This record gives sequence, structure tokens and C-alpha cells, in this order.
Amino acid sequence: MRRRFVLGIGLVFGLIVLAVAGRLSPTYYTGLMTEALILGIFAVSLNLLLGHTGLPSLGHSAYFGVAGYTTAILSLRLAQSSWVSASAGIVVSVSVAAIYGLLALRTAGVYFMMITLALAQVLWGIAFGWRSMTGGDDGLPGIARPDLGALVPWSLQSPANFFTAVLVIFIIVMGALSLVVHSPFGYALRGIRESEARMDCLGYHVWLHKYVAVLIAGGVAGIAGILFVYYHGFVSPAELSLVLSAEGLLMVILGGAGTLFGPVLGATVVVFLRNLVSGYTERWLSVLGLVYLLVVLCAPNGILGAIRGRLPSWLSQEAEA
Amino acid sequence: MEFWIVQSLNGIAFGMLLFLLAAGLSLVFGLMRIVNLTHGSFYLLGAYIGFTVIGRTGSFLLAVVVVPLAIAALGLVMHRFLLRRFQGAELSQVLLTFGALFIFADFSLWYWGGYSHVLSKPAFLAGSLTIGTIVFPAYRIFVIVTGVIIALLFWLILERTRLGSMVRAGVDDEEMVRGLGINTPRLFTAVFALGAFLAALSGIIGGPLVGAYPGADFEVLLLALVVVIIGGLGSIGGAFVGSLLVGLIDTFGRALVPELAMFTIFAPMAIILALRPRGLFGRIG
Repeated sequence: MRRRFVLGIGLVFGLIVLAVAGRLSPTYYTGLMTEALILGIFAVSLNLLLGHTGLPSLGHSAYFGVAGYTTAILSLRLAQSSWVSASAGIVVSVSVAAIYGLLALRTAGVYFMMITLALAQVLWGIAFGWRSMTGGDDGLPGIARPDLGALVPWSLQSPANFFTAVLVIFIIVMGALSLVVHSPFGYALRGIRESEARMDCLGYHVWLHKYVAVLIAGGVAGIAGILFVYYHGFVSPAELSLVLSAEGLLMVILGGAGTLFGPVLGATVVVFLRNLVSGYTERWLSVLGLVYLLVVLCAPNGILGAIRGRLPSWLSQEAEA
Repeated sequence: MEFWIVQSLNGIAFGMLLFLLAAGLSLVFGLMRIVNLTHGSFYLLGAYIGFTVIGRTGSFLLAVVVVPLAIAALGLVMHRFLLRRFQGAELSQVLLTFGALFIFADFSLWYWGGYSHVLSKPAFLAGSLTIGTIVFPAYRIFVIVTGVIIALLFWLILERTRLGSMVRAGVDDEEMVRGLGINTPRLFTAVFALGAFLAALSGIIGGPLVGAYPGADFEVLLLALVVVIIGGLGSIGGAFVGSLLVGLIDTFGRALVPELAMFTIFAPMAIILALRPRGLFGRIG
């Protein structure tokens, strides 16, 4: 109980600090924090598959990008209300997850990686090739942020307001995922991660659990993709690429797979590091490559995993998340 | 009619390049379950270094012999000192090869610049062959012949030698092979180096056709992945058939429906995945 109380206080305090810092920082840093939160949502959704269910997806950018493209194309070509284009983005990403899940879940382990990679590449191929619809590798610029109209008095055009909106969505998503992860369903997922055969014997419908996890992860990644597109006002095949999928894995593992906030931490480190390093050298790619190597070689349990070992026992006690 | 014949030959030539690439990727995957994302880098480094060697010495043949050996050495070092200790930790290996991919790509960009290099063909292959009304570049014939020869060699090694039977056995049941007293870590490193060798060879031979440019590493990696998935993971025969299929589909796709060029590659793969998750010739999975 003491643990929960301390963590809860810490969480609320941390969020307040984050909100204040985000709104008061110079625009540049507000932007970085916005991007870190968005990619954090993406990483958290991947973590549901990788960290909790033990499904190493190498094509998670598919859901991120397809939602982004759907929202972008609808708001550019049909100029529908943002509610319609954003919800369509989520619907499409969940639908893609529904189809890809059917195909990919016929395999496991390293085959799962290869097949998810290939399936994401199908969408990348469409985005890259279908110039008249997707703009090809130039992407689609000029996507306007939603106009909240009568609902909220302030405009999302200002970086601080957009940051606040992203933070609110982030809190809702994290809250919802926390409920999922701590529900019987979440425990079943971790059971599947540890031993599929045992869960099967216990009478759990293993495939269905995995499938639902894929659907949830796809939808949440879609939310991140939509926010990303609104944030940059731009979508390109990079949002569907293997590079983004692998970056998601890096964030999850860097922060700590299977923890709730680890992937957010990983995303934050990657986003800030990229912008810091890019200021000093053009060799960001090499640095990113080294980060991949170092994480695997030196911190396979991630930052949170490393910290956890040093905490007092009453605090470090795993909530089995 | 000419269009179909010429494009078919182009497709077969491209398919042979893909086979050189995919054979190594497939074996590495089949034997040690590594999704080797650095495979495209081996191709690109082969092409770039080949470009430099040809530029300095003027000898295409020298490049064809020396560069793949150098890249094989690189692959050997990478597997021995980086990947081997993570045998069985599949995700770690993927991330390691991905990190290496970035580092190689950045190094290439720094050293060779951001523009496309086209390797010069050897003089004796510069002309073209005329059969009836059809004119076909001699170099593409050379690529097709080389591909067929390597495929035959590969098949002979796999089916007729002790090394080959160890590899085939390893693909089927690695644990049992180890139990029989075969040094599988060393076998793995050898096969990994062989894959790097073939990828670099493909880079040099493909250099005069495709060229070497930033991003080629990703493109060929994805094409090779498609080949391996269509053909079946770990199957060399499958890699051969898959390469020809993808080479032909890609060539005709680009010629007939350029807007959907990428999609025409990936769609057949998705269909095959849906119908036969193990690929056309896959035994494992």
C-alpha cells in the first residue's frame, strides 16, 4: 500500500511538473516534449506486444503510419471535420491490425518479426508508389490541426496548447493501458509471454488474447500516428518505415520492456538525444547506430530495469507490470 | 513480342542478382534464426568498395575477387564478436544488426557522398548481343550466367559436401547437430561470412546495372526479404525460384504499372503469406 501511495504521489507530481515545464519552456523544447509524448504513446503500444505479450513486432510503424495517412488524406481531400478524419484514422489502424494480426499470428518468434516487417512494408510500398493519392516520397504537407470550435476556447495552433492537448491524450491513454495491463486480461498476456503451452492447458484462449492485444496496440499506435501528423502538419513514407518500427523497439528496450513508463522514458531519451546530437554533428545516424549496439550490449533490461535493482525493496517490488 | 522477351531477360538478370543476395540471407536465417538487417549493407559496401577499387586499378575482375572476400571478413568479425554471444536472443540480434546498418550507412554517406555511383563494366562485356531482331546487352547475359553458375555451385556444395550436409542438418535441427559433436558456433560464423560474401558479390556484379547510392542498402534488403519469404525461409531452391519470380514481377511491374511498382512486389508476398506462411518451399516454421 505504501508503495502504491508513494508511486501515485510521484506520478501526479511528475505530471504537474511536466505540464508546467511543457507550457513554460521555450517553443523549441515544448516541441521536443510534445514529440517525446507522441512517440512515447507509440512505444507504449508496442510494449503491450513486446513487453507484455512477448510478440516482437518489427512492423509496428504500419499502424502509426496508416492512421496518419488516413487522417491526412481525409482532412486534405474531403475537408471533413477533424473528428471524422481522426476517428477514421483510428478505425483504419485497428482494421489493418485486424487483418495483419490474422496473418502474423500464424507464426511466432523470429518468423513473427520477419512477417510483421514484410506486412508493414506492403503499406510503405503503397505510400511510396501511389503518388496521386499519397504524394509518394514527397509526402503530404499542409495538414491543419483540428479546430476544436465551441468545445474549447483556445486554439491548437499554439505549441503550448497543442502540447497540453497531447499531454491530456497521453494521460488518458496511459490510464487506459494501465487498466488493461493490470486487468486479468493483462495478467493472461504475461502468462502467454512466459509460457504459451501452460496458458493453453489452463484453458485460456491464447490466440484470442494475442489477437486482442494486437488490436489494442494497433489502435493506440494509430492515436500516436494521428497526433504525429497533426503535430508536424505533414506525413511521409518515413512514418511507415522499418526505421520507425525499429526505433520503437529501441525505445521500449532502452526504457525497459514490460514496464509501464519505461517506453516513454526511452522515447524521451531518443527524441532529445537526436535533437541534441544533430546540433553538434551531422553524424546522428552513427550515434543512433551506436545507441542500438550499446543498449543491447550494456543495458538489455533498460533504464528502468537498471534503476529498479537499486531501489529499496519496498519500492522496487514489482507490481508485475 | 520483343518487349516481352527483352523484359523477361531483364527480369531474369535482376532475379539472379536477387538470388545472390537472398541465398545468404535465407541460409543465415534458416540456420541461426537471425533476421540480418545488415545484409543490405554488405551489398552496398560491396558496390561502393568495388567502385573505388575499379576506379583505382581499372580492373573489374580484381574487384570481383577481392571485395567479396573483404566483406566476408567483415561479416566474420561481426558475427564472431558481436552476434555470436547473442545466439538465441533473436530480438537482441535484430537490434544489433540494425545498429550496424545505421553505422555502415552513415560511413558510406560520409566517404562516398550522397550521389549515385555506377560501376563501369569490364570492356569485354560492354557490347550487346543481337539475336534476330532482339538486341540484348552482353553484361546482362553475363549476370544471368554468373547467377546460374553460383546457384549450381551452391547446390553442389550443399548437397554433395560434408560442409553442406552440416548446414542442411543445422537448418533442420540445430540442437541435434550440436549433439553430434559438430562445432556449430564456428559453422554459424562461416555461413554468416559466406552470406556477406555473396551479398558483396551481388553488389559488385549489380553495380553496373543498379549502381550504388544511399538507401540502396534498405531497398535490396527488403527485396531479399520478400524473396526469402516467398521462397521459404532457409531453402536455397526456394530462394532461387523466389528470386526469379520477384525479378520478373518487379521488372514487368515497373514497365507496366510504374505507380504501383513497390506494391506489385509486396502484394504477391502478402498473398503467399496468407496461403502458405512457410513460403513456397519452406520446411521450417
